[in-house]
Amino acid sequence: MQLTNRSKQVSNKQMTFAERIYLPAIATGLGITIKHFFQKKVTIQYPEVKQYLGPVFRGRHVLKRDEQGRERCTACGLCAVACPAEAISMVAAEREKGEENLYREEKYAAVYEINMLRCIFCGLCEEACPKQAIYLRHDEFVPVFTERDQVIWGKDLLAENMNNRYLRKAWTKEEAREQDLKGVAAEPRTQL
Amino acid sequence: MTIDVALIIKAIIILLIFGITLLIAMYSTYGERKVAAFMQDRIGPNRAGPFGLLQPLADAVKMFFKEDFIPSQASKWLFILGPCLSMLTALMTSAVIPFGDSVKYESAPGKVWDIPVQAIDVNIGILYVFGVVSLGVYGIMVGGWASNNKFSLLGAIRAASQNISYEISMGLAIIAILMMTGSLSIRHIVEQQHGGNWNIFYQPLGFIIFITCAFAECNRTPFDLPECETELIGGYHTEYSSMKLGFYLFAEYINMFVSSAMISSLYFGGYNYPGMDWVQAQLTSSLGEIAGHNVGTLIGTLVFFAKSLFFVFFYMWVRWTLPRFRYDQLMNLGWKALIPLAMINIILTGGAILFLKPLIVSFLK
Amino acid sequence: MDFSSFLNNLTPATGFFYFLSFLTILTGLMVVLSKNPIHSVLYLIATFFCLSGHYVLLNAQFLAAVNIIVYAGAIMVLFLFVIMFLNLKQEDEESKTNLTKIAAMVTGGTLFLIFVAVFRKTQFGAFDAYSFDSQVGMVESLGEVLYKDYLLPFELASVLFLVAMIGAVMLGRREAGDRHF
Ligand code: SF4
Ligand code: SF4
Repeated sequence: MQLTNRSKQVSNKQMTFAERIYLPAIATGLGITIKHFFQKKVTIQYPEVKQYLGPVFRGRHVLKRDEQGRERCTACGLCAVACPAEAISMVAAEREKGEENLYREEKYAAVYEINMLRCIFCGLCEEACPKQAIYLRHDEFVPVFTERDQVIWGKDLLAENMNNRYLRKAWTKEEAREQDLKGVAAEPRTQL
Repeated sequence: MTIDVALIIKAIIILLIFGITLLIAMYSTYGERKVAAFMQDRIGPNRAGPFGLLQPLADAVKMFFKEDFIPSQASKWLFILGPCLSMLTALMTSAVIPFGDSVKYESAPGKVWDIPVQAIDVNIGILYVFGVVSLGVYGIMVGGWASNNKFSLLGAIRAASQNISYEISMGLAIIAILMMTGSLSIRHIVEQQHGGNWNIFYQPLGFIIFITCAFAECNRTPFDLPECETELIGGYHTEYSSMKLGFYLFAEYINMFVSSAMISSLYFGGYNYPGMDWVQAQLTSSLGEIAGHNVGTLIGTLVFFAKSLFFVFFYMWVRWTLPRFRYDQLMNLGWKALIPLAMINIILTGGAILFLKPLIVSFLK
Repeated sequence: MDFSSFLNNLTPATGFFYFLSFLTILTGLMVVLSKNPIHSVLYLIATFFCLSGHYVLLNAQFLAAVNIIVYAGAIMVLFLFVIMFLNLKQEDEESKTNLTKIAAMVTGGTLFLIFVAVFRKTQFGAFDAYSFDSQVGMVESLGEVLYKDYLLPFELASVLFLVAMIGAVMLGRREAGDRHF
């Protein structure tokens, strides 16, 4: 069975004199490396220059709101169950009179916390949620922690900002691939 | 008083040579990483200071603050002695290298001091370097043995046998040069190459042998078997940490610089450069006898450093090009290829001096 | 002559000579006295280093350098042998039987006697500061002496080395049925 067409026939023949003194081969090798010495470098200077990682990249979480700005989450706990890293915890509460413009469902999450040190960004919470309430943003990372209390993200950080809503361009693999094909031209590679 | 100023100039020169050797070794570590990165299409360290120029300092600080660990079963004094010996011998070699011509200083009218830009001008310079280099391997050997670790010991034994083997062909390669110049003083050898008469044109084979052996003596890739990570973890410095490890690594870079300096002074004319006489004459006529001479010396020294640094670069270039030899290949190359070649080189040189030279001389007449 | 006046009359060179001699003897003794063969080997290097210092004091720089080059390499080999062939971990008792001790005493004593006898007979060459040639220890004069006055012994010695070398190669040669490493 042939896996690639790059395979090379290995032979056991005696080396010629020119091969045996190594020097021509060494000179060729030195030529190759010095060529690379002057070539364009491929490094992307990460914190300053960020690369677009595609429409289905799994970055930080966001707790979505609906069109009227109400939180979608109903504190069903399915995400917490689905989470393999047990990173999610929540406290449920009942919606009071007059809070209908804040919470979409009758039950809501009074506290919703994700431990970002535990999270492995698998996206299973996103899959599990029946209310389309939690998503992993494709365009933002969890920033580097410097303090302990930055690790656990509460609703203040997770809930979506209505002035700057999160929109995803692709939802399926196929869409993402399509996006990617266009995206290379549309979005500059070294900019987020 | 007059002697004092001459002495002070000499002391300054010695200190400068010492400091510059250390500085170059320090920035070789930076250069190595940059060269490695560039050859692999990366950009290398660039965070500490502009272009990462403070990286060596950051590394040194890191080294100093690491825990200095001595294994409980190690032989304590020898464990400490190892890196010290390595560093000492590495630094000692730079003493006899002629970095430049000489500095002239007029203490009184008509009384001119002529101070060579060299720490000590011994008349057996090459032998001195050889002796110190052959002592250098003791640093590795002692450290490797004292660590009480099989990988360290294996690395040390490799280093020892490698150095013994390659010293021979290195010596034989140099003998051919000595036959041509008739002097053991490096300064004489450099002076004889004045005017484009570089030894590389007469001794291409000797040069290849010498540079191969220099690679082996410095334990550099493709001959870095004493510290090859894939087989021996870290080789002789497996058990070392903190600044002791730093000394070992630093000694390697000093050795690299010193051997580059040796290569450029033995084969590439040291501080001589084409058109040197003309430049010197121009300088003397425009700046006067003494100042002109000193500026000329400065240019020569810069040329010497350019040559040496090119060979330091060459060391790195080779390191990031060639894979490591296998140990039996290394020994075969040393004993079965380089030594016979070096002997043939000696015979050829002797024959050329005896027969070819008179022929050419009579032909030119 | 009391000690303080001796110290006062000390020139740097003689002071250095005494210091070096002290070091030489000390390290020489340590070669014999240290328990660990590796330490012995290292002290041996130190001894040779001190001897080279003496050569430098005698203005024989060539000999000093050659001494270090030759013996540094040779002792390196010794070092390897010590590591490879001696079992350093356990005390080697059987090599210290009474018989070997007596034999060692006899040989050592004889050697010592010979040295003392030779030493007594030797006339120390006084030198004349005016006719003294400072180049006597340099390469050129050494080479001339070796290749003119002592040519035959010199060449014979080299033949001896050649024989030793060939012998070593013969001993280390791989026989037809030997294991191939
Ligand atoms: S992304 Fe995965 S690990 Fe992170 S919270 Fe969601 S389910 Fe848990
Ligand atoms: S985020 Fe979704 S899955 Fe999790 S508790 Fe809220 S509604 Fe349920």
